Amino acid sequence: MSLLELLGEAVGSLTLNKLRTALATLGIIIGTGSVIALISLGQASQKSVAAQIQALGSNLLTVMPGSQTSGGVRGAAGSSTSLTYADAQALLAQAGTGLSHVKSVSAEVNRRAQVVAGRNNTNTQIMGVTPAYADIRKVSVASGVFIAERDVHSMAKVAVLGPTVAADLFGEGVDPVGQSVKVANQSLKVIGVTVAKGGSGFQSPDDMLFVPITTAQKQLFGVDYVSTISIEASSADVMVEAQTEVGYLLLAEHKLTDPAQADFTIMSQQDILGAASQITGTLTALLSGIAAISLVVGGIGIMNIMLVTVTERTREIGLRKALGAKKRVVVWQFLIEAVILTFAGGVLGTLLGAAISYLVSTVASLPFTLSPQSIALALGVSGIIGLVFGWYPAQKAAALQPIEALRYE
Amino acid sequence: MIRADKLAKIYTNGGVATVALEDVSFTIADGEFVAIMGPSGSGKSTLMHILGALDTPTSGDYLLDGQNVGKMNQDALAEVRNKKIGFIFQAYNLLPRRTAVQNVMLPMAYAGIPKQERRERALKYLTMVGLGDRLDHFSNQLSGGQQQRVAIARGIAMNPSILLADEPTGNIASAQAEEIMTIFKELNTQGHTIVMITHEPDIAQHAQRIIHIKDGRLVA
Repeated sequence: MSLLELLGEAVGSLTLNKLRTALATLGIIIGTGSVIALISLGQASQKSVAAQIQALGSNLLTVMPGSQTSGGVRGAAGSSTSLTYADAQALLAQAGTGLSHVKSVSAEVNRRAQVVAGRNNTNTQIMGVTPAYADIRKVSVASGVFIAERDVHSMAKVAVLGPTVAADLFGEGVDPVGQSVKVANQSLKVIGVTVAKGGSGFQSPDDMLFVPITTAQKQLFGVDYVSTISIEASSADVMVEAQTEVGYLLLAEHKLTDPAQADFTIMSQQDILGAASQITGTLTALLSGIAAISLVVGGIGIMNIMLVTVTERTREIGLRKALGAKKRVVVWQFLIEAVILTFAGGVLGTLLGAAISYLVSTVASLPFTLSPQSIALALGVSGIIGLVFGWYPAQKAAALQPIEALRYE
Repeated sequence: MIRADKLAKIYTNGGVATVALEDVSFTIADGEFVAIMGPSGSGKSTLMHILGALDTPTSGDYLLDGQNVGKMNQDALAEVRNKKIGFIFQAYNLLPRRTAVQNVMLPMAYAGIPKQERRERALKYLTMVGLGDRLDHFSNQLSGGQQQRVAIARGIAMNPSILLADEPTGNIASAQAEEIMTIFKELNTQGHTIVMITHEPDIAQHAQRIIHIKDGRLVA
């Protein structure tokens, strides 16, 4: 009997009891579906994080106060006060000359605060910046102007709103340029609104209020340090060189000789990206692992159904053996049935998982991704589950003695 | 040609040995129509299982066309059942929810005969047993007599050395039982060897020769 004929026989047997076949497959459908959905969503969020970080500029270095540790991200970084505006100006003075790979430098001080406009108020990120910020962070204004050099010099009481803040304070579609807002009891004149960049998550550039850095330091917060210094390297290929140059200059500025004593951290987008994707990657692996357990449970369900089937069809098996079916043919017949069950479950589960992932990524505005590798993996694993869990019932069927089987009622 | 030489079958269950067959020897020539008769518990079913290569004797030899079937392994026995023996069971044993043609084609499928030829032969034999108008009926749509005729068509499909019938009329109304016997006699005149097990004397008398068995031994 050819494999194709056995396949036909198996499909015939499976369609005899459609409800049972569907229920047996359900476990595999759910298992494969959740694995596919989780892997796909994990990849989507990894992509989304990468895209968000890339959108901030791929040749961007961020200097944060606090000492360097291996592994990159630390809670303490940023909470320290070891970076000053003078550091930023020293860097800026050398940009393009001593620091041959540095294109521009921007110092920022940021803090969350309440912003009031008339009867509306919102809590948002107040970002003290220099004009270079707009260049480096790729921020442009939709109306009005951005912070200018003279605003920084004169500690001008002006503000540029992110579109979210503008909408929160003045309502959707209203141009707030010329109005004023209050931050820390200081009245600031709105001179511009930035273009929406989209994206959500941490530090959305849309939900910010920009003021001149000097205004933020002296008038609003009363501090003399900066939170971060952003540095644009001349190209993405010279990030390491730029990082080294900046590091040595800052060490000199801080009168330190040993790089191990550095009281600041320089991170490239690559470092942040790496850390972020490592976290989402670990989470995805963990969740997929849990989902894979349900696949094994589904496999046990298949085995259970196949054992019931073998018992139910004892007479049929006996008859087939009496008519000349060899052991191997009986084994194949039942193995193929089990594999069809799990493989069909795998296919339907993949469709289900893809549909779930598509829905969730649409709702959560993530990029929908479905890698061919994960589909191949899901289908391969579901087929293998059929072989593994179908093997024992098939052996049991083949081992039946034809006389015993024919006598069975 | 069948030769049974001192066949014995002893079942051991929990240390207790039960003798089902003892010292059974006989010969059935090609083209014979033989009935094996005996009361229930006489060992005729055990004998039929051994003759049908469904079981092997504890001792003694069973030679079918010169091959010692009693000493074969499982797969070789399957091959013998497929090629040399046509079974006709009391309970017909057709596959449910399959058509008459599909049932007759089954042993030919195990023999690896091409699909086209299988179908042609199935049509031929079903027509021969008078079911030419029931080819695509499902087995549960047929009467007992019709189902048994499908089983006969299936039994002769591989052109076996012997046609082994186990109480072929046991479940069938007497009018239809006569039809089955008519088919058997027709097959016999065509040259098929038929071994029929029965406990009904009026069915057994259709055979040319009757072998009596009682308490596991042949009765002279």
